[in-house]
Amino acid sequence: MNGSLALENVTKRFGSFTAVDNISLELKEGEFVALLGASGCGKSTTLRLFAGLETVTEGDVKLQGRDVTKASASERNIALMFQSYALYPHLTVAQNIAMPLKLRRLSAVQRLPGAHLLSAGVKSQEEDIQQAVKKMSEMLRLDQLLDRKPGQLSGGQQQRVALARALVRDPSAFLLDEPLSNLDTQLRAETREEIRAIHQRTGYPFLLVTHDQSDALSMADRIAVMMAGKIVQVGTPAEIFNTPATQEVATFIGHHRMNILPAGVAQQLHESTSGLSLGIRPEELTIVQEGGLPATVDTVTFHGEETILKLRGPNDLVLRSVLRGRSDLPNEGEQVLLGANRNALHGFDSDGKRAEIAK
Amino acid sequence: MKLSNMIVLGLVSIGAAAVLLPFVWMLSISVKPHAEVFSTDISLFPRSPTLQNYWHAIAETDIPLYLMNGVIVTGGILVLQLLFTIPAAYALAHREFLGRKALFASVVAALLVPFHVTAIPVFIGFAEMKLLNTYTALIIPFTATAFGLFLLRQAFARIPAELIDAARIDGMSEMGIAWRVAFPLGMPTVIAFAIFSVTAHWNDLFWPLIATTDPDLATPPRGILFFRDEESGDDIGPLMAGATLVIAPLVIGFLLAQKRFTQGLASTGLKG
Repeated sequence: MNGSLALENVTKRFGSFTAVDNISLELKEGEFVALLGASGCGKSTTLRLFAGLETVTEGDVKLQGRDVTKASASERNIALMFQSYALYPHLTVAQNIAMPLKLRRLSAVQRLPGAHLLSAGVKSQEEDIQQAVKKMSEMLRLDQLLDRKPGQLSGGQQQRVALARALVRDPSAFLLDEPLSNLDTQLRAETREEIRAIHQRTGYPFLLVTHDQSDALSMADRIAVMMAGKIVQVGTPAEIFNTPATQEVATFIGHHRMNILPAGVAQQLHESTSGLSLGIRPEELTIVQEGGLPATVDTVTFHGEETILKLRGPNDLVLRSVLRGRSDLPNEGEQVLLGANRNALHGFDSDGKRAEIAK
Repeated sequence: MKLSNMIVLGLVSIGAAAVLLPFVWMLSISVKPHAEVFSTDISLFPRSPTLQNYWHAIAETDIPLYLMNGVIVTGGILVLQLLFTIPAAYALAHREFLGRKALFASVVAALLVPFHVTAIPVFIGFAEMKLLNTYTALIIPFTATAFGLFLLRQAFARIPAELIDAARIDGMSEMGIAWRVAFPLGMPTVIAFAIFSVTAHWNDLFWPLIATTDPDLATPPRGILFFRDEESGDDIGPLMAGATLVIAPLVIGFLLAQKRFTQGLASTGLKG
């Protein structure tokens, strides 16, 4: 299995604090995996364990089946793009992109200024490196900017330089740490597509670490959801969205936070749910004419394409409903009945685990 | 102009005049002929200015040798200081190791100890090792500098940890990161420190006076003393010319690097 990178039963402790708790995750050849979690859940530590910037407390790291648990970041030949891009501010764009290759291919003596004048071998190596830098900068539309310093570039340009520096070394895996969080909305959408395109063109295993569920859903082949140091669910974006394994995953995924009806209230919406809580996405919670859950409309917020209703149900339960393209919106303070398609209901037992319910 | 500004300007002018007067007087005497130096009336400007004193100082005394010694000693100190301090400051700022906090605390504590406290033990140690009256004795005590370590550690600590990690990912060794990332990014502070170091050791009289008795090893301020002893005080003109030659490199260096010097001071956050 060429090109795969895996953590096997890995635990990482800092003193008495367990940041990563016995997780296993594999990046397969050509796969795009997203590691999704709220800040502080251990996903950045997991990324650093993959990269070799931190050493594991327990467990193994495997690269193409080989044990690399003790190997350093550069020995693993892993590319990492940092959130802040981490370009060398004192070097030009071309020097930034060339740095990984120079460090890999030339010895300390060969890197001395003027060494290429004395040795033909060094000269041809440097020409190869310049060639690789040129090719990479053309691919990422940086060829006009090679002599600039990072400080003279826009955020998007800096990101492309960081991409170029990561990709130029022909890495065994490419890790991206929150690559989109510094970008504005417009650039974000473009960059998503660009990263997807680069993944398809290069075929390296990609690991995207993000707290943004829509980045993960839109870009990844597979998502690993991480909470409190554990991986709670691994699956395709559709699986994660449609069949969340726990109530926590269910409320974390989705543009609007899922409504959770506790056990007692839930039975008013679906009779055969004794002891289970019900989750309903706000997009699926609609106003019905009869036989639903009675609720009072608290606020009505118009967002253009959609309108968000904040409602108060039985026992002062706060619910949200997202209505799209409707003209007959209720008024604030009005009594309504709420209902949902049975296929859109998610049942959770008292431990928060997913429980199948009769349709 | 507001009155308060005028008062401030006046006070500053008086202060500047008080500080500059000895230097102006030194310059004035250094270009006066011998007869004029000992005339009874005082005049700031020489009636018949001459460079003869300078010729005397350069050609007939050991002042060029003293200047050369100054370059060797201050240069040696600075090179060794940077050689040890830059990797050490990088390690204190960006590497995890046992006792790092205690080590840094002891660096800060060492800042409070003046060199005069350790001078006698160092002197005795060098005497035992038969190192007195060598360039080594003039250079070695200053190669470990708590001040430089503190200054550079603070500068390197401002380099983002992500950049250091990026360099590790790129395959740079820890020593490589210290010299190829931390050193260039901390350059303003390095320059400020270099100016401090060169100024302090070029002007230092205390340690050369203790560690050396050989006139051939005299640094400029020590050399001026030898010169004064030899000439037994009646040849003031060449003495002043010599003093001018001794401070000239620093003054010229400061004027050339003035902008960087004040910038460096401002960026280190240390005032005064």
